[in-house]
Amino acid sequence: MLKIENLCTFYGRIQALRGVSLTIAEGEIVAVIGSNGAGKSTLLNTISGMIPSRSGRIEFDGTPVAGLRPDQIVRLGISQVPERRQIFSTMSVMDNLILGAYHRYGRGEKGAIDRDLEFVFEIFPRLRERIKQSAGTLSGGEQQMLALGRGWMAKPKLLLMDEPSLGLAPLMAREIFRVSGQLREHGTTILLVEQNARAALELADRAYVLESGRVACEGKARELASDERVQKAYLGK
Amino acid sequence: MHRKPQRQPVRLIIAALVVFGLAALSLLLGSQKGLQPQHYIQLTIDGVRAGSIYALMALGFVVVYSVTGIINFAQGEFVMLGAMICLTVNDLDLPLPPALKLIAAILAGVLLTTLIGAGMERLTIHPARRSPPVTLIIITIGVTITLRAAALLVWGADPHVLPAFTTLALEDKIFRFGGVIIQAQSLWIWGALIAILILLYFFLERTLLGKALRACAVNRRAAQLVGINPDRMALLSFALAAALGAIGGIVLGPVTRPIYDMGVMLGLRGFVSAIIGGLLSVPGVVVGGLLLGVVENIAAGVTDPAYKSVVSFIILIAILLFRPQGIIGGGEKPAEEA
Repeated sequence: MLKIENLCTFYGRIQALRGVSLTIAEGEIVAVIGSNGAGKSTLLNTISGMIPSRSGRIEFDGTPVAGLRPDQIVRLGISQVPERRQIFSTMSVMDNLILGAYHRYGRGEKGAIDRDLEFVFEIFPRLRERIKQSAGTLSGGEQQMLALGRGWMAKPKLLLMDEPSLGLAPLMAREIFRVSGQLREHGTTILLVEQNARAALELADRAYVLESGRVACEGKARELASDERVQKAYLGK
Repeated sequence: MHRKPQRQPVRLIIAALVVFGLAALSLLLGSQKGLQPQHYIQLTIDGVRAGSIYALMALGFVVVYSVTGIINFAQGEFVMLGAMICLTVNDLDLPLPPALKLIAAILAGVLLTTLIGAGMERLTIHPARRSPPVTLIIITIGVTITLRAAALLVWGADPHVLPAFTTLALEDKIFRFGGVIIQAQSLWIWGALIAILILLYFFLERTLLGKALRACAVNRRAAQLVGINPDRMALLSFALAAALGAIGGIVLGPVTRPIYDMGVMLGLRGFVSAIIGGLLSVPGVVVGGLLLGVVENIAAGVTDPAYKSVVSFIILIAILLFRPQGIIGGGEKPAEEA
């Protein structure tokens, strides 16, 4: 579904990605783990079109993605749940979710959008309770639920999740991971970037380890979790 | 949000003292000129009228600034263009009854100015959109000078006349209450402001496009990630600001004599109103506009009309010195996390 080849991205003169290659098949949950500054968020933002890539290829369902604008990439079916949530803080919970489905309005999807809203409220009943509240007044965990719900409202084929557990209490983080697994069962493919390697490897089918902008190793999530090097560096064993 | 709570009462006391002092000073000056209570009421009413126009202009500043981060100094020229285009179409020799002709002229003024606003964004801002805000702001100053010069070529240096909207329908276009006079055109101005506030509220709160525009103002990054194209929102914000300016100019037209450089002082006052309101809050800048209109008018009334424009400059300097984040809105643009 997503195929990345030899991707290089620069922040000014600093090279953040040094030839990353990665594939995701439909229905998979793929995790990218790595320490701070390894290039994980850069990878997602390059896929989303927020940062231009210098060289390499990104192909989504056979369509080259590099060079497209972020809004065009959302239309293709890739939506991102950004790091630190980035919700529309002064707007209501409902408006945040509606804006998640922004590109679907005017295409006769009104009924489907209403059903998807109902689904989001089913998996996150807390959001339904706070439907009219302004999003900035929600707790960190609720904001993450909202960001996830908003990302999902775009009805993406591929959902990119950037550090969904960042700054959350362990219980809340577990809830977010549980729901992510549920979204996959609804036909969403997920690329998950996480510092919390343990939780990410538990959830994912396959994983990539990113080290200073390069893929250091890759494989089945379960195998990586038992890999000695990964255990030492990322699982604290 | 990060306001230090213990300083809040101090600030309130200072504000109260300033207001009280200014009020006492104007009463003192007014009594020396022999002003009666109805004079103050008259000054306030006229001030609210002028302030309504400032509020309309300030809304234009807010719409553009919140979405793009640009202070659009051409806002005053939109007001001038609205009035000028309207009176030009109204003077055309069209085979229409006068009322219909005026309606056509108003529509033409708003629509053409909106197009000019949109064209300005596409031709001057859009090509430079990756530049820092200061560059873009200077571009708007360039556009301002160009539009004003073009207006001088088209309409000449003399003031023009736009008839009051209700001269046609009402025999007497002035209402008197005791010693207080209200022109029928004032009602049009207030009506326009109220109608626009309602429409704007409906647009921003209830329509998808309005929500997208707000989303872009709240968090541009996140807006892009949900599939909103910020370039298109920038275009929309300039068009909207131009329409707001044009409507202000058209309703103002009959009570001033529209002239090619009317945008200079109006633009300044709209800008000061927007700054009073903190540049981001719609209710804030509306109050800011009305406040500026009233203060300016009373100050001119108790001293000398020649001092009228000094007021906005003093307020501008005072705010930039002491409260650069605005008085009423008090909000800074929410920091976007990288």
